[in-house]
Amino acid sequence: MPSVAFTRNLQRHVACPPCVVAGGTVRESLESAFARYPKLRGYVLDEHGALRFHMAVYVNGVPIADRQGLSDPVPPTGEIFVMQALSGG
Amino acid sequence: MSDQLLVSTRKGLFSARRQGQRQGKGTWALEGVSFLGDNVSLAMRDPRDGAWYAALDHGHFGAKLHRSRDQGATWEEISVPAYPAPPEGQVEKDFLGREIPWRLIRFWCLAPGLVSQPGLLWAGTLPGGLFWSEDSGDTWHLVESLWHMPERRKWAGGGADAPGIHSVCVDPRNGDRVAVAVSSGGVWITQDRGLTWSAHTKGMRADYAPPELVEAPESQDPHRMVQCPSAPEVWWLQHHNGIFRSTDDARSWVEITDVKPSVFGFPVVVHPKDPDTAWFVPAIKDERRVPAEGKVVVNRTRDGGRSFETLRRGLPQAWAYDLVYRHALDLDASGERLAFGSTTGSVWLSENGGDDWLALAEHLPPVHAVLFV
Repeated sequence: MPSVAFTRNLQRHVACPPCVVAGGTVRESLESAFARYPKLRGYVLDEHGALRFHMAVYVNGVPIADRQGLSDPVPPTGEIFVMQALSGG
Repeated sequence: MSDQLLVSTRKGLFSARRQGQRQGKGTWALEGVSFLGDNVSLAMRDPRDGAWYAALDHGHFGAKLHRSRDQGATWEEISVPAYPAPPEGQVEKDFLGREIPWRLIRFWCLAPGLVSQPGLLWAGTLPGGLFWSEDSGDTWHLVESLWHMPERRKWAGGGADAPGIHSVCVDPRNGDRVAVAVSSGGVWITQDRGLTWSAHTKGMRADYAPPELVEAPESQDPHRMVQCPSAPEVWWLQHHNGIFRSTDDARSWVEITDVKPSVFGFPVVVHPKDPDTAWFVPAIKDERRVPAEGKVVVNRTRDGGRSFETLRRGLPQAWAYDLVYRHALDLDASGERLAFGSTTGSVWLSENGGDDWLALAEHLPPVHAVLFV
């Protein structure tokens, strides 16, 4: 199953240790993580479910393409990494 | 008299407390910090239940709101307002063609309702949404009528890229009458707790606008607006263009022009019991935005704006470039204690209405707001 890890900077605000998730897309995988850590959602996504402007999500080291819909596929053993973008903020 | 001051800064919420007196003058000292390293936009104390609120602006992780019921010893994160999704396929643009996002960017004002309205809070935000809560911030609701008002599309950024509500005045005579001031978008008042709104900018002018729009409500850029608690028909407003005052309950405004060293600035506070007494922190307008001649001063009027005293005792009078933001000047309930903080991390206090000042801090992070609690 896929796994998700979060930047240490995020863990300063919300407890979110790495976890194994269920899902075939980034959206499904993150929802699986949010079910475990509900407060995490607002730190990663905006109120419309899009990735926050200054956040980045990688799947197996590749930045996702669909920042709005989070429809990028996640392989069964994919590793998702959520971090702050280095664009600013 | 308030003996404690909260200082919201780019890198945390600092607390200072009065330590006592020495040679007839009060001594104050910093005593603690919450959210060290985080960007704190502003704080609010609810006088009805004593709760404190701190609005944070995490660059990466969004705007957050925290509440403390033990005077800052512990904080709990509570919910934040959510903007509605824009109509399918619609991208809203301001009158200059720039996108206005329909999402919470930042808190710019928090205000409690009246004693007769327990739990009621108002939140002014960027990019221009006004929200209310009936449960002390546990849930928030958009004031739809203001957000969907056609004139709102004419608001523009002022102080930030997107328009924002920085002043919310709940009328002490009638809690359903609420006024908001917008940078940049004028002054709007509801008489029915947000069902309908009308512009209240008669008498204001915006020299910076195209000639045809100088008097348009949406052109006005109030930097900060306050209503006198004991004489609520009197309002003071620091405008981008200068100082305005209303004595007819915001039906009309009179510009006050003869103010040295400058009519420009951001904050204003009014004495809680004397509507003729108000304080301002002047700066050179408007591209430079620094104190005139490198001297930090505070202006005070005690006669409704007919004359001003420029107060400077205890403030730096050479090579000082402290700018004071719109929420970074506060007055306690006695009307005697004042404090202000600057973009370069200084905080000054006065215990005699501004006649004498002492430096509380000189090396804090940039100050966004100060608040007596």
